[in-house]
Amino acid sequence: MLASSQAIAAEDGNATAVPGKLLLSLSGISKEFPGVRALSEVSLDLYPGEVTALVGENGAGKSTIVKILTGIYQPDGGTITIDGEEVFFPTAHAASDAGITAIHQETVLFDELTVAENIFIGHAPKGRFGLIDTARMHRDAKSLLERIGATIDPGARLRDLGIANRHLVAIARALSVDARVVIMDEPTAALSHKEISELYDLVEKLKADGKAILFISHKFDEIFRIADRYTVFRDGELAGSGTMADVSEDELVRMMVGRSVDQIFPKQQVALGEEVLRVSDYCHPSEFDSIGFSLRKGEILGFYGLVGAGRSEFMQALFGITKPSRGTVSIEGRNITINSPADAISEGIVYVPEDRGRQGTVIGLPIFENVTLPSLSRTSRHGFIRLAEEFSLARKYTSRLDLRAASLDQDVGNLSGGNQQKVVIAKWLATEPSVIILDEPTKGIDIGSKAAVHEFMSELAASGLAVVMVSSEIPEILGMSDRVIVMKEGRIAAELTGEGMNPESLVRAAAGIAEAAK
Amino acid sequence: MIQNAVKSREAILALAILAMTGLIATRFPGFIRPANLANVFNDTAPLIILALGQMVVILTRCIDLSVAANLALTGMIVATINTVAPDIPIGLIIAIAISLGALLGAFNGILVWKLDIPPIVVTLGTMTIYRGIIFLVSEGQWINAHEMSEPFKHFPRATIAGLPVLSWIAILCITLFAVIVARTPLGRAFFAVGGNPNAAVYTGIDVGFTRFMAYVFAGALSGLTGYLWVARYAVAYVDIAGGFELEVVAACVIGGVSIAGGIGSVAGAVLGALFLGVVKNALPVINISPFWQLAISGSAIIIAIAFNARAQRQKGRVILKTAEHAT
Repeated sequence: MLASSQAIAAEDGNATAVPGKLLLSLSGISKEFPGVRALSEVSLDLYPGEVTALVGENGAGKSTIVKILTGIYQPDGGTITIDGEEVFFPTAHAASDAGITAIHQETVLFDELTVAENIFIGHAPKGRFGLIDTARMHRDAKSLLERIGATIDPGARLRDLGIANRHLVAIARALSVDARVVIMDEPTAALSHKEISELYDLVEKLKADGKAILFISHKFDEIFRIADRYTVFRDGELAGSGTMADVSEDELVRMMVGRSVDQIFPKQQVALGEEVLRVSDYCHPSEFDSIGFSLRKGEILGFYGLVGAGRSEFMQALFGITKPSRGTVSIEGRNITINSPADAISEGIVYVPEDRGRQGTVIGLPIFENVTLPSLSRTSRHGFIRLAEEFSLARKYTSRLDLRAASLDQDVGNLSGGNQQKVVIAKWLATEPSVIILDEPTKGIDIGSKAAVHEFMSELAASGLAVVMVSSEIPEILGMSDRVIVMKEGRIAAELTGEGMNPESLVRAAAGIAEAAK
Repeated sequence: MIQNAVKSREAILALAILAMTGLIATRFPGFIRPANLANVFNDTAPLIILALGQMVVILTRCIDLSVAANLALTGMIVATINTVAPDIPIGLIIAIAISLGALLGAFNGILVWKLDIPPIVVTLGTMTIYRGIIFLVSEGQWINAHEMSEPFKHFPRATIAGLPVLSWIAILCITLFAVIVARTPLGRAFFAVGGNPNAAVYTGIDVGFTRFMAYVFAGALSGLTGYLWVARYAVAYVDIAGGFELEVVAACVIGGVSIAGGIGSVAGAVLGALFLGVVKNALPVINISPFWQLAISGSAIIIAIAFNARAQRQKGRVILKTAEHAT
């Protein structure tokens, strides 16, 4: 497979597409966000007519480098060169002019426009009086689509196309701007087997056309099938790069995780109490299948998986936001039915969502009203809210979390991310739950607040609460959990305890790679 | 902080109303005689009552364009009942008007809640439907003063402690809504649903039900106003209060209720209605053409929205700053 694809590229006589000659090169690229160093002096080389796979865990810096390449972020340091000349991408437009185009996980297209309009949006061929030349646009779209072997009517509405055809439209759009570098960010994530093999054919065509392709994927089988070279990022640093011919699966995994959990986590050893929550055979028509586990008092259970593995979807069903098609939940041995979040809250299950802004706080309401929102039945008498009780409840839990705010009257919108997270957690603790589900509890908050959240989580477990933590950060999941469930494509792929809880096992289970032969 | 801004916005509106009244008084001193001011308030009472209902609907990120049609339909039905059975006591008539209005509001609410149709489309539809039903009920005929019973017509105009009953009912509604909005879990839910529907869901609030309740409130107040309107003017026909829904929405907007939901207050809605009431009552007495009245109301809406938009932008800046620290 590898040999043949290189042969196709080699046969191509195009002057701009000589294999082996560097097309685009990033070197010493650094990017810092307040409190987080996203990339530190990484380099990445792309060659015409070759596929370079970019591999790394969640948070390794892959998206950041894509955003730098497409001009959305500007690096703090380092150089980008094309054909040996240094270039700058101050805007997304500049990157696009330089021939760099990205096909994203969720392709950014317009449902109500036709295929041809989608392909040529922003650079439609103009006719007389500066009006769009529709006939030419359709002709050009047709020939572009033919070039990539797609049989889509350029006049069809995008709305009526399936995911695979949408990808083809996105690719045609990429070709319509004379792209030299094509970035594919997990393009197969939502495709069926047949569609994936069609995508592979297309990648071969792009290679034959002399495009340099950056292929981002979590799936090892497809990396080995399609890529010529690899680059591995780990924690924002370059962990290795080379040709696929010289590397094995095991070596790649090691480069991805190659570190011990050296960060100190404030995990207290807690004697586990009796079983609190038992979930069996929880199913959903499309998101997850036969999820079952039990949870004991004082336990922290980690849920690990790749993005899209169905972890949050399962938690949302458990919390009553969506309905499962089958399955039972019991609390302290008692079977319960959860039809709405209100049911879950009254049974003592609470869910702290991942997206604070969208799902957590109500901006515009003051801190204390945010905290007491799910507990109003307890702060009311005869249907009327008692402000004094409301205030004291809010004060009790915000001070337990060491919230820094001028006053509880203040709008939550004026708090920092870490403090907003504390308001959300205080809100749920105020309901006095027995099970708390934390979805990516430290995502997007600064290191200081992270440590505080970890410490607090540990205290919660020590005080007898059962904690479920969904996290994509390996150090966090290994450092904080008593036990880890790994999900893959909506199913439980592995349950890891004790010695089995190591980075390599996590990555293997999540990516579906067989255990290494030792 | 935002609450302070809201309060100051209401203070600014109150000052504007005072300044306008003062200005009118220089041309026509009689305008600020207590009796005349009471008249202006009484005249504005229906607008105030409807603005209260509209406010809670807008708080939940919805809108109710059917309030005036609801008012007219309920008014026609209670007037018809009165002509058929003049002996039914006023208390029962009022109860019927409120229940009927609430039912019509609930119909809006169900469509928004269960069928998930955009509120503006739902209420634009029901607005037309309700007007159509009035025609069916009345067969296009008017019900005139001589057909209505004396107690039916007299009730809103009776004076208690120097103020007509109509005014007292408005004051009662204001008090009631001030308590509901500030001190009940449902009132809090209106703000949460409008401020962040997603977060509200995760908090165990039923967003659809909350919106439904807002429509029921708006409907009940429309029904109540329906009786008061028909009785006060002693006439019922298909087109009464035609276009009044826009004046109601305008009162809310001028009063600082954010069309985007989640921001607003009872005081704001009342002041917004009073502002329009003063404009409407004062301009004719100082010989300014009614066309100017429309222009002034329109300008007030645009100024209020520009003002709110600026306040929101300032809010946005602060959030961005914190978000930067967060990442």
